This record gives sequence, C-alpha cells and structure tokens, in this order.
Amino acid sequence: MDAKFDIQNLSVYFRGIHALKSISMAVPSRRILGVIGPAGSGKTTLLRALNRTNELEETTRIEGNVRMDGHDIYDPSFDVVALRRKVGIVFALPVPLPMSIYDNVTYGPTLAGSPNKQRLDMLVEKSLRDAFLWDEVKDRLTMSGLRLSGGQQQRLCLARVLAMEPDVILLDEPCSGLDPISTARIEEALTLLKKDYTIILVTNNTKQAARVADDTAFFLMGEMVELGTTDQIFTSPVQQKTNDYITGRFG
Amino acid sequence: MALIGEKGVQRILLVTAFSAMSALLLIALFIVNEGVPFMFRYGIQGFLLSSDWDPSSGTFGIFPMIMASLWVTVGALLVGAPLGIAGAVFLSEFAPRPVMRVVKPAIELLAAIPSVVYGFIGVMVLAPLIREVFGGPGLSVLAASIILGIMILPTVISISIDSILAVPQSYREGSLALGATVWQTVHMVTVRAAKSGIIASVILGLGRAIGETMAVIMVAGNAVKIPDSPLDSVRTLTANIALEMSYATGMHREALFATGVVLFVVIIILNTVASVAMRKRAAKK
Repeated sequence: MDAKFDIQNLSVYFRGIHALKSISMAVPSRRILGVIGPAGSGKTTLLRALNRTNELEETTRIEGNVRMDGHDIYDPSFDVVALRRKVGIVFALPVPLPMSIYDNVTYGPTLAGSPNKQRLDMLVEKSLRDAFLWDEVKDRLTMSGLRLSGGQQQRLCLARVLAMEPDVILLDEPCSGLDPISTARIEEALTLLKKDYTIILVTNNTKQAARVADDTAFFLMGEMVELGTTDQIFTSPVQQKTNDYITGRFG
Repeated sequence: MALIGEKGVQRILLVTAFSAMSALLLIALFIVNEGVPFMFRYGIQGFLLSSDWDPSSGTFGIFPMIMASLWVTVGALLVGAPLGIAGAVFLSEFAPRPVMRVVKPAIELLAAIPSVVYGFIGVMVLAPLIREVFGGPGLSVLAASIILGIMILPTVISISIDSILAVPQSYREGSLALGATVWQTVHMVTVRAAKSGIIASVILGLGRAIGETMAVIMVAGNAVKIPDSPLDSVRTLTANIALEMSYATGMHREALFATGVVLFVVIIILNTVASVAMRKRAAKK
C-alpha cells in the first residue's frame, strides 16, 4: 500500500492552543480515510495542515514534517498554490463563491490556466455528475450558486473541487448540516470517487465513517489514539478509549 | 427626564428629526421657487444649451458651465477613483491590520481639511507646476481635477474598505483553498462581491466633486468657455453661483438660482443612484 501522505511528528499551534500533538501517520493512496473524534480533537486542524489552509489564520505555527508523494510540503520552496490545486478541500459549511453555478465549478480550472470553452463545458458536466448534482442544476447553470439549498451547495463545493482534478480530496464534516438524503448522495459520490482520488473524510458521525471509510483514525484531544482498517476499529479496537467512543460511552 | 415624561421626550425628538427634514424641504422649495419660473420665462433650451453668459446684456446660457462641471467631475473621478479603490484594496487585503488601523483614520482626516486649504495648495503649488510642465494658464480643468480627486479620496477609500471588509471571510478561504493566489482572490472574488459598495463610494465621491465650490473657484480659472483641453480655464456651475451672487439682481439673480436648480437635480439623481446601489448590496446579503 503506497502512502499519499507521510506525516511525521506534526504539531500545530494556533490562537495559543496546542491543537495537534506530534501526530505521525501514513495516509494510503486511493482509499477513504475516515477521521473520527469529538469536537476539539484536532481533526479539522489535521485536514487543514495537509493543504496548508491552516496558514490563512495568522497565529498558526507548525512543527514536524508532512510529505506528499515524498515531497516535503512545508519546505519553503514548495509551491503552496500548486499544493492547494492538488489537494482540494470541502469545508464544513458549504460556501459557494458569489457567482453562477457554472463559474463556481470552472473557478479552479480557470485559475490554473484557461482551458477552452468546450473543455470547460465538459468539465462542468462531469464534475457535477460525479458530485450527484447534475440532474438538479443542468437547466440553470447560470443561476447564482448561493441560491441552491444547503445540500446542493455542499455538492457544488465538492464539484468545484473535482473540477480541479486534484489527487486528494479533504472533506471536513461535509454532511454536518445536511438532511439524510443529501448525506446519502454525498456518501454515494465518495465511494465512487475513491478509485481516482485519495479521500480523507473528517466526520462527527461515527456511523458515517463505518459506512464509507476504508480506514479509520480516532483522534482525541489533539492526539491520534488509533488508526486501523475500519473493520478493525469498529469490531476490535485495541485502545479502550476508541472502544468507549465508538460505542457512544463518551464524546 | 421624569419631568418631561416618555411622551414629552418622544415629541422633542420628533421635532428635531422633523426640523432636519424641513430644512431640506425649505431649501429645495426656495431654490425651485426662485429658479424654475425664470427657466420657463427664459426658455429651458436657451438656458441649458446656449453658450452665451452675459448678465449685463441679459443672456444667460449655462452650457459652458455644465460642460465645465462635467469635465472637472469626470477628471476628479479619473484621478480619485483608481487611486481610492486601489488604496482600499491594498489596505483591506494586503496591508497588515495594524497598518490599516493607522492609515484609514489618517485618510479619513483628509476630509477634515477645509476646502479653502486645498484650493490654496492648488494655487500655490499645483497651478504653477502645470503651467511650467504643460503650458497654459495653470489654473485649469486639470488642476481642479487633481485637487478634487484628492478631496474625494477619503469618501472613496473609507466606504470601499468598509464594503470589502464586509465580504465574508469564507469567500476568501474558499477561493484560496481552490488554489487561487491572493491577487486572483482579490480581483475575482472579493472585489466583485464588494462591487456595489465600491460603486456607491465612487458615486458619493462624484456628488462631492460636483458640489465642491471653494477649491474649484480657486484653481479652475473661472473663464466662461467650453473647454477643449484639460489645460483650459473653466467656470463650474457652483463657481458661477458663488462668484456672482453677491452683486446679482433681478433676472441675473434668478438665473443664478436656476443654475442652482440644475445642480440640485444632478446631485439628487446621483444620490438616488448611490442609495439604490447600496440597497442592492444590502439585499444580496
């Protein structure tokens, strides 16, 4: 199993909080890694460390080492813009940009260069199909993305990440504000996408991890307690804390 | 307070609120009453579109003044809007926060400088400079445009900054996370989202520029003629009123009031456009 990310002793501090405490783990390629744990356990911080969106918060300080495909992404010579194009992120709250559905999807590809209209049209259709949104919006692509429902907005956010044809998709509790049907659609999309992408799914919902993740990591108070295949974590966890969490005894 | 009572306070506040409005109403009525009958008597077309302004022989054509006001205002926008918007973008998106917190109030202080001081600087520094570099009389459309451009900076910058800062942080994050550079994010997302506020700031600046009198009298040269180059001396609508009102009588006096009506109408139109643009922005959120 080749690793997409190799994380060594990663610590993140921001706003005076030690949010991640010396994490070491490998993230395998073309699988879905579920990251579970109670609020404040460092799950989101981990995600944001992987495409360096942590740095948008000025007080952030990072120690340790993250390698993607063998390259140190925190090396000063590493191109952070290129990194973010390869490692897309879907935030917890869906935030379409204030422009049309079409322009939302083509935003990333247009920035990276300007492919021709035909290719963009194809990309829009493919990305929206992969995000299970195409049928609902195909007749109103010029409508503002802000006018979609919450679940549709989140799928639009997924589609605009897919349109960049990244290597990795990071999802930060993508279903926290969504109804069960929208949630099911996103999960369906993810299981189909993993053949082409490495996916890391942070979720508050342990059942969701059990449903879609191949591997699962359990985080608590900024530390990684346990990482294993989803089967192993949910049927025979090694750590007592993991067992307590997945059986709902705390958190 | 107990002495006046709840109702009494309400009534007092009502009177104060009403007095501000009635002042506006009275001014409007007064100007219209003095100016509009003249316009009809003299002929609206002759008044607005004729180029002869000779009060002693009873010809009152304000077309040169209208053109002058237009040239000077457009010139002021050409100077002030790019500078102001660029400054606002820099201060809100690129400059460190402490820098903005110092610079923004400093710029707003520009608005506190009396316009006669701007005019003074224009006469002493700018006009001679223009005369030397470009030729012409120096006191000109160009000088007035530059001075007015600087005078509208506080309006443009301050309102633009506020509307750029009002753009949700999540738009910026979303854009950056999609691999946009800071500059791409600024011009493709942030400025577009703040567009109506920025436009409103420019329109308010425009209103200020067209209404400014003292600085313009001092630097524009006050020649009643249609300008054919930015180096020509001109007299704006406001300057026309201010310069001649002190000795005008009869028809002449009424003509100046009619000039005021024209100015008033133009400014009302501009303000309406500005507030519609602002309301559109509010509705979008």
